[in-house]
Amino acid sequence: MIKTDALIIGAGPTGLFTAHQLKLIGLECEIVDNLDKIGGQCIELYPDKPIYDIPAVPECTGEELTNNLINQLKPFDIKFHLNERVDEVKKDNDNWIVKTNNNTTFLTPNVIIAGGVGSFEPRKFPIKDCEKFENKSIFYSIRNKKIFENKTVTIFGGGDSALDWAVELSKNSKINLIHRREEFRAAQATVDKVYELVKEGKISLFTRYQMASIKGENTLESIDIKSDDKNVKTLKTDYALGFFGLIMQLGPIANWGLNIDKKTVEVDTEKFETNQKGIYAVGDICNYPGKLKLILSGFHEGALAARACFKLARPNEKYRFEFTTSSKTLKDRLGVKSD
Amino acid sequence: MAKITYITHDNQNHTIEVQNGLSVMEGAVQNDIPGIDADCGGGMACATCHVYVKEEWFDKISAKEDGEEDMLDMAFEPKKNSRLSCQIIVSDELDGLIVNIPSKQG
Repeated sequence: MIKTDALIIGAGPTGLFTAHQLKLIGLECEIVDNLDKIGGQCIELYPDKPIYDIPAVPECTGEELTNNLINQLKPFDIKFHLNERVDEVKKDNDNWIVKTNNNTTFLTPNVIIAGGVGSFEPRKFPIKDCEKFENKSIFYSIRNKKIFENKTVTIFGGGDSALDWAVELSKNSKINLIHRREEFRAAQATVDKVYELVKEGKISLFTRYQMASIKGENTLESIDIKSDDKNVKTLKTDYALGFFGLIMQLGPIANWGLNIDKKTVEVDTEKFETNQKGIYAVGDICNYPGKLKLILSGFHEGALAARACFKLARPNEKYRFEFTTSSKTLKDRLGVKSD
Repeated sequence: MAKITYITHDNQNHTIEVQNGLSVMEGAVQNDIPGIDADCGGGMACATCHVYVKEEWFDKISAKEDGEEDMLDMAFEPKKNSRLSCQIIVSDELDGLIVNIPSKQG
């Protein structure tokens, strides 16, 4: 079990800056995020889109903002647990026991939820029957490509993931590629490669088609696809892969006994604490009168929540407010020279 | 000001007056119309404000900008008349607009 002063859930801009504030005031913290990379919505939804309302930063992209925040954390040693989702939060006297889907367990007096709109999960096929084949014949991400060798694989989607995998798997599998329109939103080189493979007969391409239904007993046997003009084709297939990007789901947070309204968690505006002592919510996921869903608000909320954490993590010490411009203690923590 | 009718998946009609300049998504969110999640808050980055626009209205609203069709690839059961409601800006001309909300947003 990992003991820490504060556990942050979510490695988006708010979570990252909250970590900075915690470390600055002398607390230990670790960060868990369900994505495989740091940056949250900034990196997953709009890495290339310019943002114009970060104070003192006239313009930066989601990726640049993330990189700057990571740079700002350089003086500190912070452990990230990526690809892990927090599933359970349980009370244990004055502490919380937090468990991830990877069975990492934390013991901490402070849990800070900086979860945006929840955790990113793959978007799934709309057909209900697909659930029973999930992780058997139907996948939304690929862990082991060997299972597809010499099989028929039907891939849905029109972005980079769908096309990259169509190209890659076509080396050893028979590929059907299905997309709802003629245009792809993948890198041009990949699109060209796909058309080349279609010509060579290695990929069968069906545009303006979507999944209509699936058939199979224990494993997937065939898929019916339907076109805009209601044309139906049946494709024999061993596997189906869906690449429709990610969607945010509130997920397990809903089960932690917090006051939740419209996917947001109610907090006070002094500590950004929820109705549970020692659990805070900051950034897009928190809600209070006047809440603005801006990155700059998340920074403020995280700074105040960090101070609240101090009281529970160091009950016998008094928190002293200091400036980074003048405090020797803070400069030591930042690893910079004092004057 | 325009009267916009949102028809939810269970065939409930919600007709509300939406101020000019707001998006059809904002009209729904501000009036607690169920089924429009708008996770990204109107940034055209999530496809959870997806609606179907009634055929007779589809050509009357402003055309899709770059990026909207890409996002619609990820929407739940997109059709020919699919739009992201955050990209439809309300004006007097849209008085009477009818949109259908899909059964799910993801």
